[in-house]
Amino acid sequence: MSAFKVPILKVGDVLLVSIQSDIDDRTVVELQQRVLQQIERTSARAVLIDISLLEMVDSFTGRMLSDIASMALIMDAETVVVGIQPAVAITLVELGLELKGVSTALDVDDGLRILRERMKDKQRRRAAGADDHATAGT
Amino acid sequence: MQQQEPDRIQVEDNDDVVRVRARVREAAERAGFGHVDQLRLVTAASELARNIRLYAKRGLVEILPVRKGNRRGLHIKFEDSGPGIPDITLAMTDGYTTSRGLGKGLPGSRRLVDDFEIESALGEGTTIRITKWLYE
Repeated sequence: MSAFKVPILKVGDVLLVSIQSDIDDRTVVELQQRVLQQIERTSARAVLIDISLLEMVDSFTGRMLSDIASMALIMDAETVVVGIQPAVAITLVELGLELKGVSTALDVDDGLRILRERMKDKQRRRAAGADDHATAGT
Repeated sequence: MQQQEPDRIQVEDNDDVVRVRARVREAAERAGFGHVDQLRLVTAASELARNIRLYAKRGLVEILPVRKGNRRGLHIKFEDSGPGIPDITLAMTDGYTTSRGLGKGLPGSRRLVDDFEIESALGEGTTIRITKWLYE
């Protein structure tokens, strides 16, 4: 297996993806597949994508970020994209991209906090849901 | 108008698109553009270089610093001998796509630059010229 340019690390329940340089379209597509494989393999419950070192997000990269978030959600994992540079935010909006369905946070710490809160909420809701069913069953 | 040799980049694979982005950034920085304008140029160039790959497979990108009166700017030409664009008005419409993309490439890159010209002939190819001017 050739060295893949984007490190994907698992920390607790979270996959940390850090895009550290400009990457070509094929690598972006490969990243999408690898993140989904890692969710399956490691049972990660959340994905944090750090793009603070990524100097450009165009329509293709933007769509891939949205797609990763939607696909991860189908696999029961939340996604947060962190570190969007101000100039990147400006060009994204001018380009007409809204990054639909993508949650964003300022930095990794902020992103992790948001993900942990969401995972807790989800567990709480599920526990409550399970109780309801149990009550309904009796 | 000062005449200078343009920086030419052959676009034949995905890495060339990355190369176009890097060279446009260098040229924009050298021309004196600020950070946000550099990124506008890089992003527009990325969209248009990808279109070459997507529709024509190969083509040529030329980057040229330009001067008009006392205005300076950066001009980039994207040229291919691909299938051409059947309906330019439609292709310039937000959300219209023939490649299952988002349909933001052409209309989006037009919004990122000052001048945007598109010429296309069916079966002959497409040439797109963009210019961004420095405000001093």
